[in-house]
Amino acid sequence: MTGRNGHAGHVTEPAPKPAHPPVQREVEVVGRRPVNAYVELSLAAPEIAERAEPGQFLAFAIGGETSALLLRRSIAIAGAGDGVVSVVVAPHGPGSTWLAGLRVGERVDVVGPLGRPFPAAPAGARALLVGGGYGAAALVGLAARLRSQGHEVAAVAGAASADRLCSVAELSALAAPVEVTTDDGSAGRTGRVTVAVDELLTGVGVVYACGPMAMLRAVADAATALGIPSYVAVEESMACGIGVCMTCVLPVVGEDGRTRFSRSCVEGPVFGGDRVRFDDVGKLPHDVVGADAMGVVAP
Amino acid sequence: MTVVETGVDMRTALGAVEIPGPVLTASGCSAFGQELEPFVDLTALGAVVTKSVQLRPRSGRPTPRMAETPSGMLNSIGLQGPGIDGLLAEDLPWLAERGARAFVSIAGTRVEDFAELAERLRGVPGVLGLEVNISCPNVESRGEVFACDPVAASDVLSAVRAAADPAQPVYAKLSPDVTDIVSVARAVRDAGADGLSMINTLLGLVIDPDTMRPVLGGVTGGLSGPAIRPVALRCVWQVHAAMPEVPILGMGGIRNGLDALQFVLAGASAVSVGTAVFNDPSAPVRIHDELAAVLAARGFASLSDAVGHAHRPAGVER
Ligand SMILES: Cc1cc2nc3c(=O)[nH]c(=O)nc-3n(C[C@H](O)[C@H](O)[C@H](O)COP(=O)(O)O)c2cc1C
Ligand code: FES
Repeated sequence: MTGRNGHAGHVTEPAPKPAHPPVQREVEVVGRRPVNAYVELSLAAPEIAERAEPGQFLAFAIGGETSALLLRRSIAIAGAGDGVVSVVVAPHGPGSTWLAGLRVGERVDVVGPLGRPFPAAPAGARALLVGGGYGAAALVGLAARLRSQGHEVAAVAGAASADRLCSVAELSALAAPVEVTTDDGSAGRTGRVTVAVDELLTGVGVVYACGPMAMLRAVADAATALGIPSYVAVEESMACGIGVCMTCVLPVVGEDGRTRFSRSCVEGPVFGGDRVRFDDVGKLPHDVVGADAMGVVAP
Repeated sequence: MTVVETGVDMRTALGAVEIPGPVLTASGCSAFGQELEPFVDLTALGAVVTKSVQLRPRSGRPTPRMAETPSGMLNSIGLQGPGIDGLLAEDLPWLAERGARAFVSIAGTRVEDFAELAERLRGVPGVLGLEVNISCPNVESRGEVFACDPVAASDVLSAVRAAADPAQPVYAKLSPDVTDIVSVARAVRDAGADGLSMINTLLGLVIDPDTMRPVLGGVTGGLSGPAIRPVALRCVWQVHAAMPEVPILGMGGIRNGLDALQFVLAGASAVSVGTAVFNDPSAPVRIHDELAAVLAARGFASLSDAVGHAHRPAGVER
């Protein structure tokens, strides 16, 4: 799956398309559990649960048919099995707060599973998983899959503070070692995830990360510097989640070595860490395909 | 897709071309149709209105490209797309293979660009007609938007009508950001437009209270969704009142069958569903079924009987 012979010195290949198309269903909330600063919701959604692969996400409609919040909220799948799929919601804006307030027995319109899953690890490789905040939840299913395929798995879970950590117990059951870092030192080691990542990278064959953009960038850079392939699941803001609105784009280098504005929802959310041009997020570099037509020319 | 049997004849037309149902996608809100396939039977839609295409591939603008607003959103995509070559090589054949009708939205920054695009689309299988997105800056007029100037707008439409396949109806897509939409409508009709699509987004702005700067990379953006529905409906009403014979493809905030009904009653003979697709990817089919049901409930035997019905004189019930 991954190779050292990627185009233009890239050590990753673009994540493969998902095996199954998404479905849209109105599903029942069958479990709700506060997890530190977050809320874990479990949904009875057999068709989604059986199709879901680690790294994929769900897109939720907010507030019913007359809601004034029209845009879907995309949230990584934290677990799938036995007809149930779960997500970890971080309440911050009105949409995520509404979702986090759903009660057992209530129903919600959901589309999924969406996006490209994490690709398989190279044969025999040791894997390092790095989760930032609630992003760690998206790595639990991946850790389980890697273990069942015989890979050794280590993990780092980091957050701003202890109450923003997530899924540490679940990861600890599947990975060793599991390092915890917090910016304020309220749990684990003080500092960013990179304090632990830098130590654990030795001997690792592939890195997977999910979390805020600055963290993904630091992890991808550290892996790439050592020639280790990394796959990052981005959290771009998405209006539709299914690929029709073009709001969620990032500058990503394709297999042909050319940079395109790629949709995080359908070409991602999992991208090769060395293919995302983190420096250029929010910019329009002249070498992005089609920048010339926007009047941007090479300096 | 479950077409509910209401007995209402839902057939309508775009220009002279008949289509089986009045609900279409809206340009830029369903890409080129592919991604909707898991949710919607594309062949059952009136047509797939494709994302506005230009001559060359375009990257679109840098992010952030959207902001959620009350009952709507602001977008500043910048017409990201494959260019006409990519559209002809991949997207249109994909739709044609499935038997889906494409209503192809074209855009440009000079009159000749529009004409060239129309020329390239002549006789292409599956292309039912053209929607001309004139809400683009005119490079020959210091970037003034074509749609805001009746003369520039009619220059584009007459060039497109002359270059386009005679079998393909040409619709002009109007901007609501004008003082008098009826005069623009009249100008493009006189220039040869077979119909009018209305409305495009309204120009808006959102400022982030934390950064204290505009949220969007492009500063301003296009406002869409239910928030603009009364504006859109007013535009359709005014134009239909002035030119009842001109077919109108109505859009702006349509989210359910009753919303679509309002557009039909105001004078639209077909509707496009845009932002609502982001909320509900199956919306175009759902809205078709809901519209059929609400027409049946009001005793209409056909969609065409309801077009413009809200304009009937006081005291006339049917
Ligand atoms: C994200 C987005 C992209 C759009 N892109 C285009 C476009 O490429 N060409 C065009 O003519 N209109 C474009 N529109 C405008 C829609 O086609 C439609 O006219 C408008 O959004 C009003 O309908 P709605 O409220 O149902 O979305 C776009 C709208 C949105 C929200
Ligand atoms: S969120 Fe709409 S295209 Fe990605």
